[in-house]
Amino acid sequence: MKLRALKFAPLLALALLLAGCAGTTDTRQAQDGAPITEGGQDGAADGAQTSGAQEGGTWSGSPLENPDSLLYTKTIYFDYDVDEVRADYRDVVAAHGDYLAANPAVTVTIEGHADERGSREYNIALGERRANGVKRLLMAQGAAESQIITISYGEERPAAMGSGETSWELNRRGEFVY
Amino acid sequence: MTMMNRFLSLILLLCWALQAGAAPLTIEITEGAEGALPIAVVPFAWAGPGTAPGGADVGGAIAEIVRNDLQRSGRFSALPVKDMLARPQSDADVEFRDWKVLGMDNLVVGQVRPNGQGGYLVSFQLFDVFKGEQLTGYNGPTTSRDLRSTAHYIADIIYEKLTGQPGAFDTRIAYVVSSNKADGSQEVSLKVADADGFNPQTIVTSSEPLMSPAWAPDGRRLAYVSFEQKKASIYIQEVFTGRRQKVASFKGINGAPAWSPDGRKLALTLSRDGNPEIYVLNINTNALTRLTNHYAIDTEPAWSPDGRFIIFTSDRGGRPQIYRVPAFGGKVNRVTFEGDYNARASYAPDGASVALVTRQGGDFRVAVLNLANSALQVLSEGRLDESPSFAPNGSMIIYATKINGKGELAAVSVDGRIRQRLALQEGDVREPVWSPYTKTNRRNP
Repeated sequence: MKLRALKFAPLLALALLLAGCAGTTDTRQAQDGAPITEGGQDGAADGAQTSGAQEGGTWSGSPLENPDSLLYTKTIYFDYDVDEVRADYRDVVAAHGDYLAANPAVTVTIEGHADERGSREYNIALGERRANGVKRLLMAQGAAESQIITISYGEERPAAMGSGETSWELNRRGEFVY
Repeated sequence: MTMMNRFLSLILLLCWALQAGAAPLTIEITEGAEGALPIAVVPFAWAGPGTAPGGADVGGAIAEIVRNDLQRSGRFSALPVKDMLARPQSDADVEFRDWKVLGMDNLVVGQVRPNGQGGYLVSFQLFDVFKGEQLTGYNGPTTSRDLRSTAHYIADIIYEKLTGQPGAFDTRIAYVVSSNKADGSQEVSLKVADADGFNPQTIVTSSEPLMSPAWAPDGRRLAYVSFEQKKASIYIQEVFTGRRQKVASFKGINGAPAWSPDGRKLALTLSRDGNPEIYVLNINTNALTRLTNHYAIDTEPAWSPDGRFIIFTSDRGGRPQIYRVPAFGGKVNRVTFEGDYNARASYAPDGASVALVTRQGGDFRVAVLNLANSALQVLSEGRLDESPSFAPNGSMIIYATKINGKGELAAVSVDGRIRQRLALQEGDVREPVWSPYTKTNRRNP
């Protein structure tokens, strides 16, 4: 488990960044924050519970919270000025589509985001294209349209501050918000 | 920029810093000041009994605002106070010789006195130094609250008398600010301030994004996009009462509101039919007309001043470019051909040109496109400049830029010669829009 925690360290750092910088709403912060404590920040009081659960060798929580599941990934990244889902995220999107198809009572909001380059309303349109592209892939896996809400925030809610490719690539993203 | 100009610009900045103290405005002469009219605006004299309330230099403050306004228009070169050889209070004390020696074409002197009702009476005279005669004058009441506005109005009178064009100093800007609250959460505000960035007032605050403010032609209402209900909706708000109504909240994008010149309609972007298209909404009847029909992105509509056309951004040709469609529907024509990214266009008040954002290499810059000959003049030098908006007299463009990673506002004269930063306050500032002329800021002299 220690190794796994290390392996996910970059993701955790990212989650921290998202929670800290995005200025998101309370509900989203709660979701982003959950994996951080489970990931076993050394010395954190909540960490003890996580290791207890791991001894059983099975994940007893929601598959959305299971670090071993593709569903654990709820943010996917896009290339500059491209709305098509990148090849390396196809499996993640497909897993979410399967999950929705298997759980028809579950709904998800797909948020489309863009980096700061270019005009703001054009980026709103670009973010919507990204969200719609994800939605189409989810439906191809059998998810119902009624399970999926899309919203574009364009460049209005950056995950990372700063004007450079390292920030921009974190901001060109789609987020699954369950 | 030549060395000489660089030097001049430094001197000017220094003078400004010394003279203006903590003024939130820095002025940068980018291409030299050739052709700028030399003018001296003498600190207005206190003509009342005793001293001004609190010992404030009311007259000095008014003259400084007038100097700053004239200077930043790019049309004038204002003489620093420390270089003045005399400080006349009215025509009786003026020795035109003193000002000829300094190379001044024009001279402004003025007085402030209490009006007996807790306010002031402000008067000024504008002189032609060479002819030795008065060109115009003004005498009117004001209050301490309206002092800045009165000073801007005086600058407008001087500007119009000497250039033949109406001034646009006594107008407002609206803009969006985001800042982090103590608990780390984000707060987004829509603010209204004087055109020089002073007197900011918040008219909407939200924890969710606010976008795309647009002044109604009457200068009393703003349309904007708010995500406060976790989806994009368009609101129209009365600036001075705070009253507002939600006018568009369809499925998908509700964005980019733009007023028709008669103030009766809004052009906007809706994706309710699947992808972003331009629509026109009649505000009184709620009738909705679709103007574009294309699988590409169509967004950022802007009305021509004569109301006949709407320009918009579209990537129907593969890359974002500006297109034009008749406001009542019809054939779409491409407007921009230079470069691979042109967006967010808006018309100059005379309709002869449009301001837009263009990409040069990897940088986004503000440019003006002459519609008659398709000449594109790039006016800004930043990497991420956006949201250009013309002053109502067409003399300047305000836009958003990034300085040290922080959003700030800047303005540039349409000839590109004078550029300035409006360092407003904490937070990330963006999406400035310059108000039209309003009746309320046209007081009677």
